[in-house]
Amino acid sequence: MTHRIPPGTRDVLPAEMRELRRMQGALAEVFERFGYGEVATPTIEYAEALRRGDERYANAAYRFFDERGELLAMRSDMTIPIARLVATRMPDVEPPIRLSYVANAFRAVNPQRGQMREFTQAGVELIGAPAPEGTAEVIEVLSAALDAAGLTRAVVGLGDADLYRQLLAELGVTVDAGNRILDRLAAHDLPGLELAVDEVEDLSAEARATLLALPAMRGGPEVLDRATELGGEAVERATGRLRATYESLAARGVAERVRLDLGLLRDLGYYTGAILEVYDPALGHILGGGGRYDSLLGRFGRELPAVGFALYVERLHVAQAEEERQGRGEAG
Amino acid sequence: MPRVVEVTRAREGGPLKLALPRGALWPETLDALDRIGVDTAELRSDSRALVFESGGLSLVTMRPSDVPTYVEAGAADLGITGKDVLLEQPERIVYEVLDLRYGACRMVLAGRTGDTALDEDERRLGGMRIATKYPRIAERHFEETGRRAEVIEVKGSVELAPLSGLADGIVDLVATGRTLAENGLEVREEIATSTARLIANRVSHKLRAAEVDDLVERLRPGGVK
Repeated sequence: MTHRIPPGTRDVLPAEMRELRRMQGALAEVFERFGYGEVATPTIEYAEALRRGDERYANAAYRFFDERGELLAMRSDMTIPIARLVATRMPDVEPPIRLSYVANAFRAVNPQRGQMREFTQAGVELIGAPAPEGTAEVIEVLSAALDAAGLTRAVVGLGDADLYRQLLAELGVTVDAGNRILDRLAAHDLPGLELAVDEVEDLSAEARATLLALPAMRGGPEVLDRATELGGEAVERATGRLRATYESLAARGVAERVRLDLGLLRDLGYYTGAILEVYDPALGHILGGGGRYDSLLGRFGRELPAVGFALYVERLHVAQAEEERQGRGEAG
Repeated sequence: MPRVVEVTRAREGGPLKLALPRGALWPETLDALDRIGVDTAELRSDSRALVFESGGLSLVTMRPSDVPTYVEAGAADLGITGKDVLLEQPERIVYEVLDLRYGACRMVLAGRTGDTALDEDERRLGGMRIATKYPRIAERHFEETGRRAEVIEVKGSVELAPLSGLADGIVDLVATGRTLAENGLEVREEIATSTARLIANRVSHKLRAAEVDDLVERLRPGGVK
């Protein structure tokens, strides 16, 4: 007799659970070793709390009324709940505050895409430590977590969420035209980006070249030199921020793991400055992401800079299995 | 629940894997490969094989509408497919890196030549009945233009729908317009234009950046930016 479960959810049986627990344990141990104490928050929040952090409720898809008619939401990640927690429960704790979690979160799925509605995230939040040192510390923790998961080939992509927006403002591009350009950039549509840039009136040839060249720039520290050569104050500022972070990463011995990526964008509204994505050659999907959100805590009444990352535990597990298979020489 | 959907074959160090569209874009795709020095003789033969090695690339052949699926999952690093396919599957997270300029065609709304049924539907019934192989594009078009339409998805020759009374109009891809004319149909509105596009997997685009960029530059039409 078969009884259904909703698409995008799943049962876990002992053989898999043992491996997942081992993975979660290894990650939690790394977080503790770096001084990130583990916290838990409710699975359901008041929708209003999520909206305070992100106007689009941080993509929380499951919202419902409780018995008193209050609007609740299943959390879609841990960043906003932890911002709420720090402002509410730890108002007098001296920053920097280091917190970690292993928790389930919920998002909407597209049908037949193998996406999960419920998934486990493991991550950290570093609150009260500004760029570049705060960013570099979190990337160092991320790197150690990837090693602990057995993903020694995994790479961290590092970009800047404000770079392109600031550049458009500096070039005097109108908000409407700028939004059309950002929309194409967010869709990773380079031919569309070129069309949108060509619609901008009175754009110099150099400015056009800069807007089209930046999103494709990714690689080692030489990327920053190439970007600086393009000129412009916004490019100078963003590359300066990235360079400072990169230097701190080098001092911590984790720079080799990081690829700079000037075309990186993430879809959550609260990011400011540095943004991260995690890749492994064994998997075609990203393993996790994060970045700085220096204005998020202020929305909850405690003005503190912050940075963090979240790894998708189930994807880490898939990548780990794939890496092990390759290690045994069974690569397809 | 199986999770194999997210697994991809690891391929670091091996040749880049390029997904190629069999169908309308096939001949010009082979010509484009010839121009960058990839030998396509084997692909042009009657071989039933689906996977080929040539010119330092691993080439896999499939239906155009499957290309974004393979590329998104990382089963192929790059792929060539029509913009129409990408517009129909907007939720796929792939990098669209190059307009290859060939395979130009238009996505149009068409109705029976000289027939007023579409206008009459809208005026008297508040909506049109439209058959299409591109339900997402069709629905988006009517939504964006503030109209209502009953969109009926068909898999085969869509021209049959208005001829048999299933629908009064169609949304379909038109290259020369000959098929429309032969079936007594005419273009009423242009919805979008489409050409062949080179797309890249999100992870390959980052981890194999130099190889991906090199292929992009070699395939860039006329070398003009």
